[in-house]
Amino acid sequence: MAVVEKYVHTPSSWSFLNVTSIFSSTTTMSTHPRLSVLSTASLSSASETRFSLSSAPSLNTALGSSYKPRDQRPNIYDRNLNKTRTSEVSASAFHFLFSEVVQYTQKRVNGILDLERRLNTLGYRIGMRVLELMVWRAEGSSKAPKRETRFLPALMSIHTQVWKAVYGKPADAIEKSVENADEYMIIDNDPPIERYISVPKDMKQLSCSSFTAGVVEAVLDGLGFPARVTAHNTPTQQYPTRTTILIKLEKSVLEREELMK
Amino acid sequence: MAIFGLWVINKAGGLVYQRKFADGLAQLSSNDYLVLAGTLHGIHAITSRLSPVGSSSGAQVFESESFKMNIFLTATGTKFVLITSPAEMSCDQALVRVYDIYSDTVMKNPFHTPEMPIRTEAFDTKISALFGPSG
Repeated sequence: MAVVEKYVHTPSSWSFLNVTSIFSSTTTMSTHPRLSVLSTASLSSASETRFSLSSAPSLNTALGSSYKPRDQRPNIYDRNLNKTRTSEVSASAFHFLFSEVVQYTQKRVNGILDLERRLNTLGYRIGMRVLELMVWRAEGSSKAPKRETRFLPALMSIHTQVWKAVYGKPADAIEKSVENADEYMIIDNDPPIERYISVPKDMKQLSCSSFTAGVVEAVLDGLGFPARVTAHNTPTQQYPTRTTILIKLEKSVLEREELMK
Repeated sequence: MAIFGLWVINKAGGLVYQRKFADGLAQLSSNDYLVLAGTLHGIHAITSRLSPVGSSSGAQVFESESFKMNIFLTATGTKFVLITSPAEMSCDQALVRVYDIYSDTVMKNPFHTPEMPIRTEAFDTKISALFGPSG
């Protein structure tokens, strides 16, 4: 689910575009390929196919081209998992979906902490799948597949690979806490999921990037680095939506890292 | 050449956003604005039925000696009204830009309730970037 700003839409044209695409898909759906092939074949068989063999192949090619419109993309389940170029989704559609996700969640919680926890849980479900897909894409064709066993390379790959797979761009910085040895931070100056979200003043401490924190938590868990991940707003003059993803590692991870040195 | 103000009127005729950019129009109370927006909504509904041949988009511009009122109606019934000086030319493009900003910052914001007054910070910021800070 790479969210990439592909075009700036003008709202009117965007909605019309959607409508037409829906219509075109329903028309192709209503004429089920197998049924319509049969019906046209039986119609034309009376006139020429039955009597002349030479015209049959040309009829087949004509049918073949008319039932596969060139612009029709294959079903999402039939697409190649490793082709990332065509797997981009509309950023607008994603923003509307995420907005509904937040509204839905907000109706079912009491308090900001609860809301963040739920968004985290939703992100966790994404993260599990992202890790699996990423590993498959990177190591699936390799003769000696490997996985990250040390924390810092794993953190680097989250900063670049995971962010690219999910948001289409790497995160902006990684920092290590000075006070606590078990705390690391991933910083995004302009998180795409928060681009159009304005949090009201009475909920100032809410960060919708808790969703991203959930993704990071799942990836870390999957790689064997259990941690608690939270999101915090850290706006600057230049980047009003700057967000810090705070990773608090479990003790066992630090102890293991110590042993592997 | 001046842009005096911007209104957003919801599909029921309620004023959900009102902002002033330059002096030049009479100072009105917020209640007056609500009444004016409601009246405009009514007039627009009448003008859209006046056409003798088929349906009409309704009034698009009201012009006077000292100001011009440009109305942009969206497919969903929301109206954007830009009040400018009569000489102002590119109002249509400006209104389309406002609609762009509205659909991005307001409609995609989970903390905005449709048909309710717009209290979205990002909308204010982007409108300021487009027309300059409030007067």
